[in-house]
Amino acid sequence: MLEVSNLECVRGDRRLFAGMNFSVQPGELLHVHGPNGSGKTSLLRMLCGLAAPAEGEIRWNGESIRSLREDYCKEMTYFGHLAGIKEELTALENLRVAVQLAGGDSAEDGLLDALDRMGLAGREDLPAKVLSQGQKRRVALARLLLCPTRLWILDEPFTALDVTAVKMVQQLLSEHLHNGGMVVLTTHQEVDIPAGTVRRIHLN
Amino acid sequence: MNRAGSVDFSLWGAFRCIVARDLTLAMRRRADVLTTLFFFVIVVSLFPLGIGPEMATLRIMAPGVVWVAALLASMLSLERMFSADYRDGTLEQMLLTPQPLPVLVLGKVFAHWLVSGLPLVLIAPLLGVQYDLPPEGLLILAVSLLVGTPVLSLIGAIGAGLTLGVRGGGVLVSLLVLPLYIPVLIFGAGGVDAAMSGLGAQAHLSLLGAFLLGALILAPWAAGAALRISME
Repeated sequence: MLEVSNLECVRGDRRLFAGMNFSVQPGELLHVHGPNGSGKTSLLRMLCGLAAPAEGEIRWNGESIRSLREDYCKEMTYFGHLAGIKEELTALENLRVAVQLAGGDSAEDGLLDALDRMGLAGREDLPAKVLSQGQKRRVALARLLLCPTRLWILDEPFTALDVTAVKMVQQLLSEHLHNGGMVVLTTHQEVDIPAGTVRRIHLN
Repeated sequence: MNRAGSVDFSLWGAFRCIVARDLTLAMRRRADVLTTLFFFVIVVSLFPLGIGPEMATLRIMAPGVVWVAALLASMLSLERMFSADYRDGTLEQMLLTPQPLPVLVLGKVFAHWLVSGLPLVLIAPLLGVQYDLPPEGLLILAVSLLVGTPVLSLIGAIGAGLTLGVRGGGVLVSLLVLPLYIPVLIFGAGGVDAAMSGLGAQAHLSLLGAFLLGALILAPWAAGAALRISME
């Protein structure tokens, strides 16, 4: 489980938040919301270990993520503002590299199934530069189907997705929570997840 | 959570995955690769035109000119090493994979050297002919570049990592990295000189080899740390 104690975030001269405490248990979804510039992305980047907190500690199963590093990365998938898609590679190649590096199962059939499920059937071999913004995000999200991680940290996962894709991602989150996974996400949309506990944090 | 599907992915696998990815990308963006090579060819070819056809003078200058041109060409391509990955977010993902970062950095540096360093090594003997270098000089020129250019890529990776996302990063990286290239330049060009004057280039090449080993061990860690700092 993920625990955060006394977390403080400073951006430039501004202190965005301080003394933040929360924990995420298996089967829980933490919905971080707040106005633009309130530090949602900063919080998520700290939670995945990309940024260092000004103060406080983030622990995974009781150990600091700073000392766990690669062992923590094995358990965590981060999906940021940037989709992490190479324009010159095809959808399939993009997914294969991402899954291989994340240590997932990169068998061809599994990759094709995942793309199919994300509604990209028939577009596997197109270079990502001819895909639309939403389709690129779908390729990036297909990773979630193939990486067996327990904690998902998703920064605005619904951006640029159409109604069906949003439903699909919510379904995916619901399955993940049902299997004892954990999710931390930011979004301005309402999250409608039947399974698991949804908790909220408001930043301002 | 079912973890049976996860495959044990070795360090070698991670290295190969990055190299294959970067080589595919380079093949699909060939213009970028050719710029470095053309830059090197043109800079080296301009000197004989500017200095005139005095063979003795050209022969003396050749090792230095070719090596300085290689330094500048390698400098020119450094910016490409991480910046595209930084812009589209793939670098961020790379830092968050369970693979050790130095291995991934080493993979990226190796792929970068294959497309921007190795072509220089291969074409250098041909360019050396313009300077009337004797065969043993040409041979040592190619060998010294073969050992020396990977050092340039490795040291350059640290600079490229540190200047990621910085405005005017290209100029900054030259100021940061060129001074560190000086030992490689001295022993690379010196080796060719020594071979032509009959002293033998072994000492110079051994030192270059030592630089390469040192850089292979230290640079991936330093560049990895630089990337982590730049991403914060």
